[in-house]
Amino acid sequence: MTKRRGLLPAVAGLAIAGMTASVPGETAETIRIGELNSYNRFPAFTEPYKKGWQLGFEEINAAGGVLGKQIEVISRDDGGTTGDAVRVAEELVVREKVAFIFGTFLSNIGLAVADFANQRKVLFIASEPLTDALTMAKGNRYTYRLRPNTYMQTGMLVDEAKDLGKTRWAIVAPNYEYGQSAAANFKRLAAEKIPGVEIVIEQFPALGKIDAGATVAAIEQANPDAIFSALFGGDLAKFVREGTTRGLFEGRTVLSLLTGEPEWLDPLKDEAPVGWIVTGYPWEQIDTPEHEAFVAAYRAAYDDYPRLGSILGYTLAYTIKAMLEKAGSTDTEAMLAAMEGLRIESSPAGPFYIRDLDNQATMGAWVGKLAVEGGRGKMVDWRYVDGEPYMFPAEEVRRVRPDLQN
Amino acid sequence: MDPGFLFVQFLNGLATASFLFMASAGLTIVFGVTRIVNFAHGSFYMLGAYIAYTLAGVFMEVAYGAVSFWGAIFLAAAIVGLLGVLLELVVLRRIYDAPELFQLLATFAVVLIVQDLVRMTWGGEDLLGPRAPGLKSFVVVLDRRFPEYELAMIFAGPLVLGALWLLFHRTRFGVLVRAATLDREMVGALGVNQALLFTGVLFLGAFLAGLAGALQLPREPANPYMDVNIIVEAFVVTVIGGMGSVTGAFLAALLIGELQAFGILIFPKITLVLAFLVMAAVLIVRPYGLLGRPQAESHAAARAGAGLAAGTPLQRSLWMGLLAFLLLLPLFADEYSLKLAIELLIFGLFAFSLNFIMGWGGIVSFGHAAYFGLGAYGAALLVHHLAWPMEAAILSAPLVAGVAALVFGALCVRLSGVYLAMLTLAFAQIVYAIAFQWVELTGGDNGLIGIWPSSWASSRTVYYYLTLAVTLAGIGLLWRFLYAPFGYSSRAVRDSAIRADAIGIDPRYQRWLAFTVSGIAAGLGGGLYVFSKGNIDPEVLAIPTSVDALTMVLLGGVETVTGPLAGAALLTLLKDFVMPLTLYWKMVMGGLILAMVLAFPKGLVGILGDRLPGLQAAPTGRERPA
Repeated sequence: MTKRRGLLPAVAGLAIAGMTASVPGETAETIRIGELNSYNRFPAFTEPYKKGWQLGFEEINAAGGVLGKQIEVISRDDGGTTGDAVRVAEELVVREKVAFIFGTFLSNIGLAVADFANQRKVLFIASEPLTDALTMAKGNRYTYRLRPNTYMQTGMLVDEAKDLGKTRWAIVAPNYEYGQSAAANFKRLAAEKIPGVEIVIEQFPALGKIDAGATVAAIEQANPDAIFSALFGGDLAKFVREGTTRGLFEGRTVLSLLTGEPEWLDPLKDEAPVGWIVTGYPWEQIDTPEHEAFVAAYRAAYDDYPRLGSILGYTLAYTIKAMLEKAGSTDTEAMLAAMEGLRIESSPAGPFYIRDLDNQATMGAWVGKLAVEGGRGKMVDWRYVDGEPYMFPAEEVRRVRPDLQN
Repeated sequence: MDPGFLFVQFLNGLATASFLFMASAGLTIVFGVTRIVNFAHGSFYMLGAYIAYTLAGVFMEVAYGAVSFWGAIFLAAAIVGLLGVLLELVVLRRIYDAPELFQLLATFAVVLIVQDLVRMTWGGEDLLGPRAPGLKSFVVVLDRRFPEYELAMIFAGPLVLGALWLLFHRTRFGVLVRAATLDREMVGALGVNQALLFTGVLFLGAFLAGLAGALQLPREPANPYMDVNIIVEAFVVTVIGGMGSVTGAFLAALLIGELQAFGILIFPKITLVLAFLVMAAVLIVRPYGLLGRPQAESHAAARAGAGLAAGTPLQRSLWMGLLAFLLLLPLFADEYSLKLAIELLIFGLFAFSLNFIMGWGGIVSFGHAAYFGLGAYGAALLVHHLAWPMEAAILSAPLVAGVAALVFGALCVRLSGVYLAMLTLAFAQIVYAIAFQWVELTGGDNGLIGIWPSSWASSRTVYYYLTLAVTLAGIGLLWRFLYAPFGYSSRAVRDSAIRADAIGIDPRYQRWLAFTVSGIAAGLGGGLYVFSKGNIDPEVLAIPTSVDALTMVLLGGVETVTGPLAGAALLTLLKDFVMPLTLYWKMVMGGLILAMVLAFPKGLVGILGDRLPGLQAAPTGRERPA
């Protein structure tokens, strides 16, 4: 973490630069990987995520590493802006000579780093950005993603609601790309799957600045039968409190993206909105052996329970291991070839593979209803929904991905 | 629409207004008396919420009930008030004599420190506080439910207003505060202990911020974004109302609250920009806000700022050395160092362009990012949509920014001081909102990617030389302007608009020209910036970019020529050095900035200039307009 130089020391120490290993990413004993994320700006999600991948790589290294070498991750804060993130990525590639990079949280940062990877011909595995564009209209052959994107998660929720006979829908989403594309996906999928659907009102409060009372009253006035929400964090909590007090949710179905993730559900404590249909992560109820082993190891290491970010980071570490073993080296072309169609047969989240068409993993999400038990929110009637059926149709991918155009 | 809904929406607007007013009242009082643009006000607000969360948890564990809850709220506000006193005693008191707005830099450092302190203390997850006992339910208003707490808060705002009125009209402290708001120097001349007065005012301001934050607890979880989310809106309310006017702030909050409540029915995305639209409209019609007055003129006949002298031999040899170093850099620096050097040069030009109007023209801009970002966006859009080559795009960048500066500048230069600064901020935010919202054109907040240099310049070394040539040309040209009659005219207007007017310089016209030139230069920097990054998103137009520029200028020294360049280098290198060291890099940055603020109250170069007279271009006599 500390091997770095400023501009001036670099100038003085040019001799050192000449002596650095010539094979990028590999030394005699280690494989060096770069990681960057908005640790300072979005701690709620990124801290558990970091613990997740750290745990994964510790286990992998303890078991002998990969290709006979230990894995060394150089982790950096990406500054929370695209300008800083691209500079930090550059630093990882040029100075630290990492084999490839992974990380990022916000969609715009993910896209900027993906474009950087494309320009510099470096493999990039995006960990948390949800934007569809990353694997669609702005996708490139160097960029991959594990997490189900907005389109997939919205599709899963719409499927849950399609037979409920609700036709008058309200949409409330934060006013930035994630919220806008969630709303657009919902409109598209609802029109396909819910007969007679009608969007009666849309509300797009600025991120972090929802005027909850006014928004709730406006939705109530439109008198929908059901609400689709993409709010999270402070906005979600304000909306839930105002909406509950004012009776907005009584007799109405609510679909809400991500609300079942511990990151956003736990802060609501016993005020978690009962009956909402959400995507999330019921970590305390998943009883596959792989998942139980993961939770036990996580608790032992950190004395804390896993969040969605944790399982994502952990799975990412093992995906990287599988990729390196398949590639046999840290040559970028070999790693890209290994990523194509890479299958992970066992993970805490279950088996998945990476679709070579759009570089998107088929990893799914847990979908269920919210309930309150013992003073805290939890997911009930949940099931794990595999991502594969919800991915973008292949012909659409071929149409919009720039690298698939001839 | 049915009247029941309209009435409830009106009540929603009142509740929002009440919160906005409480969050802004302290800011306006502090500014009125101390003339400090207090960025840390948002931090006090956030601390109020967090401290109240902790206290309420403890008190309500012991005895659940209204007394515990309200006790926690007011105790939290009082603790935050004491933190305000601490800030005044430890930091602000030492730098009251620094150039105007320098204190802003100190409060900005405090913002960074508090952000990380809050994370260290309370963690990163949102903390949902308890609801207010006895006010958890709702009342039925015209067949609609309205939360009791919101209803209570509708009355809390006017209650605070009333309490402040009593304080200001019925106590000696209040009378002194009002007097100092009108004419601080006269109050001092009459023998009032100013230090004590300022301490008291800081307590009051921080107390009100803490109270507003604590009162958020039943509506919003305490979260690490509260400070940033509230501070700008609080400024907007303060400015619309007229800085220093509590009643004005109340009216402004009412205006924004109601416009927002009904605005979202017609434009569901309006919250992003509404407050700034209102501010721009109000300032264009009423240059001092609704109830504000022109800032009292200083009693000194004319404030004579720094002048300029020709370079010394020592300076010239230093410059030649630096130039040689920059020219030879690619021979021994690696690609990353060059990238950093490119960034440094671009920010150097950006900061220099800001100081061109700030230090040498008396025009403070809080929205300089608009011109930098418009240059960047202009170039990016031409490449993205019209497939223009890089060369043409970079040349167009200053034109795009210049046109914007010409238009916005015409409206801005009618104002002065902080009002002018806030109007520049409003325009920057409107541009930001357009870039954010016009997804088809700009790609929205995801921005545009794939904006890389032409193939001949794609090598890092070539792009470095290109940047070096263009930024040096830009800085050189501005530098020339400073020493030309144009620069003398600018400084004359800065020091005394009335006298400048009398000798035939049209102050507005002069300021307008300077503003436009500065915008053009910033746009040029933006054009270079976008090709060095390969992507662009609205962040480049956002407030942090403007604040970075201010920080560079203030750190380096406002009343110096080379200060902004030193400041840009310092901030860029510091960030690059500190960020990888620790998760809490903001706190380290804040601490270092604070240390420099206290050690170098004239900025880095300002101090060097005092110590080493050969080094700085402004040691000789001041240009007195007499």
